[in-house]
Amino acid sequence: MTTPTSTAVPAATRRAVLLQGNEAVAEGAIAAGARFFAGYPITPSTEIAEVLSRRLPEVGGTFIQMEDEIAGIAAVCGASLAGTKALTATSGPGFSLMQEMIGFATMAQIPCVVVDVMRGGPSTGLPTEPAQGDVMQARWGTHGEHSVIALVPSSVEECYTLTVEAFNLSEQYRTPVIILSDALIGHMREAVVLPEPGTLRIAERGTPDCEPDEYDTVTSTLDNILPRPPLGSPFRVHVTGLVYNRRSGAPDTSDPAAAADLGRYLREKIYHHRDAIVRVEEVEMHGAEVAIFAYGSVARSAMAVVRKLRAEGVPVGLVRPITLWPFPTLAVDRMAEQVRTVIVPEMNIRQMSWEVQAAVRGRAKVIDYGRVDGKLITPDEILELVKPEFYYHSWEDA
Amino acid sequence: MAERAGTGAAGSDAAPAARVEMRCSGSGGQGILLAAAIIAEAAAALGRRVVQTQSYGPEARGGASKAEVIIASEPIDYPEVQHPDVSLVLSQAAYDKYAADTRPGGLLIYDSGLVEPDPADESVVRCGLPFTQAASDELGKKVVTNIVALGALVAVSGALPAAAVLEAVVSRVPPRFRELNEQAFVLGLRLGEEALAMLATSSAARTS
Repeated sequence: MTTPTSTAVPAATRRAVLLQGNEAVAEGAIAAGARFFAGYPITPSTEIAEVLSRRLPEVGGTFIQMEDEIAGIAAVCGASLAGTKALTATSGPGFSLMQEMIGFATMAQIPCVVVDVMRGGPSTGLPTEPAQGDVMQARWGTHGEHSVIALVPSSVEECYTLTVEAFNLSEQYRTPVIILSDALIGHMREAVVLPEPGTLRIAERGTPDCEPDEYDTVTSTLDNILPRPPLGSPFRVHVTGLVYNRRSGAPDTSDPAAAADLGRYLREKIYHHRDAIVRVEEVEMHGAEVAIFAYGSVARSAMAVVRKLRAEGVPVGLVRPITLWPFPTLAVDRMAEQVRTVIVPEMNIRQMSWEVQAAVRGRAKVIDYGRVDGKLITPDEILELVKPEFYYHSWEDA
Repeated sequence: MAERAGTGAAGSDAAPAARVEMRCSGSGGQGILLAAAIIAEAAAALGRRVVQTQSYGPEARGGASKAEVIIASEPIDYPEVQHPDVSLVLSQAAYDKYAADTRPGGLLIYDSGLVEPDPADESVVRCGLPFTQAASDELGKKVVTNIVALGALVAVSGALPAAAVLEAVVSRVPPRFRELNEQAFVLGLRLGEEALAMLATSSAARTS
């Protein structure tokens, strides 16, 4: 008889593997415990579906190619209500089709993960080229007052780790979580050492800490968000897109106080935990006089500029939101108090720079720089924006 | 001096270059993306830092497409290649669109049966080899042209040890095509080594 041996080896000796961003999202989903994918293929997200169509059956999961994106996310909501961690993946046009159901999932508090691998748009646009034009669609694409969580990977490794994180946040806060990748990150291959299984935190759904017949007597609070029991369990659950009573879950559209209670709760259950949710990477911000605020693939170009200029003694730093929504207000506050100029390069026209400007509130100059031709902003372009901010620096000698 | 585009010596014990940027270009369907992915796979297996990106149109066949690889010892931030040290070009359209970006003194490897380079361009080391013709004549399969070209690129550039790249070739192709692809790679290595010897000779003749 053979006994299974541990495959655990120290991270340092684990071999790097070459993975594409989209493959890393798929593997991250498997690692997070996702066992259901439904969606409709679209460039540049298709590899996520392709890999999961092979991998999910291997781990006892289910893959369904639906007739369109609306059906895709509807099936994902159904799977999640039945107790299974579920995701879908798409690009801009499909993300638009999903917006109504993202609102339903927000209202009905259904944990799920939606991956939007952004490409040039609107419409069919530039199907194979990267863009960041959906960052506001992620925030405001669905209707009604709502909160949202959106994460932006800058590397293949983050495609993996942030997918795990997205599932954790969606389970913890019972809400859809959006991953905003792009055509460049999604199709890029990098040598990565993936975290050892077991070293990543995995949030499980759990069951309510009460008897089934007591379930409609307890109410979630901001600090104790009760898990939803799966459909078919002894717990009686009510799922509706209507405004509902937060205790019983039953529709109640006649009581303004109940509607206000739910509306504020759906927003505050995210914003109350903003500090725990929001992650920002601050690079070389010590003594920085100018900051570059950049996310996703553009942050890589910004990083190249910061490295180059710091080596020349020019005090430039990078603020890279990993969580784009909720907006990283605290980090932007710190930045606004410190630097005289914030440069916001992005592959859209002013979508996040408006948000940065609002948060900076005049404490620093905000320079926006947009590109919408499907090409990644280069380090040289960012460098040209930085130079005039250091007019006293002898650039010819640099 | 044998021109090796500053990428280190093939299969030798010489320390690898700190950073090598490569661009494979051609028309959709020629397998240039697979060639780039194989280079990246080999570099990853050798423990190098590597990033591979690609750019192609919405069409599955035709058009000028490119796939790029950066191999480095430092972290790779900006992931795209602006001035490749090594350019592999498998179509005239790709030559017209991308070849001029090659770093001065860099290496331009092209399919001599499909690409007519600008004879006036002396800024790069040119190496034209009949990849498609050789794949067709010697192996009877034009479909492995990309792997023949990959073998030549490895031999001429010396960017990575040939054995490591061959291992990556084997791992990336379906088992039933393994032998064919091994043959294609070895054929490319041979063509590349012959070309390298000629480059060295002509270079010596020029400097004497």
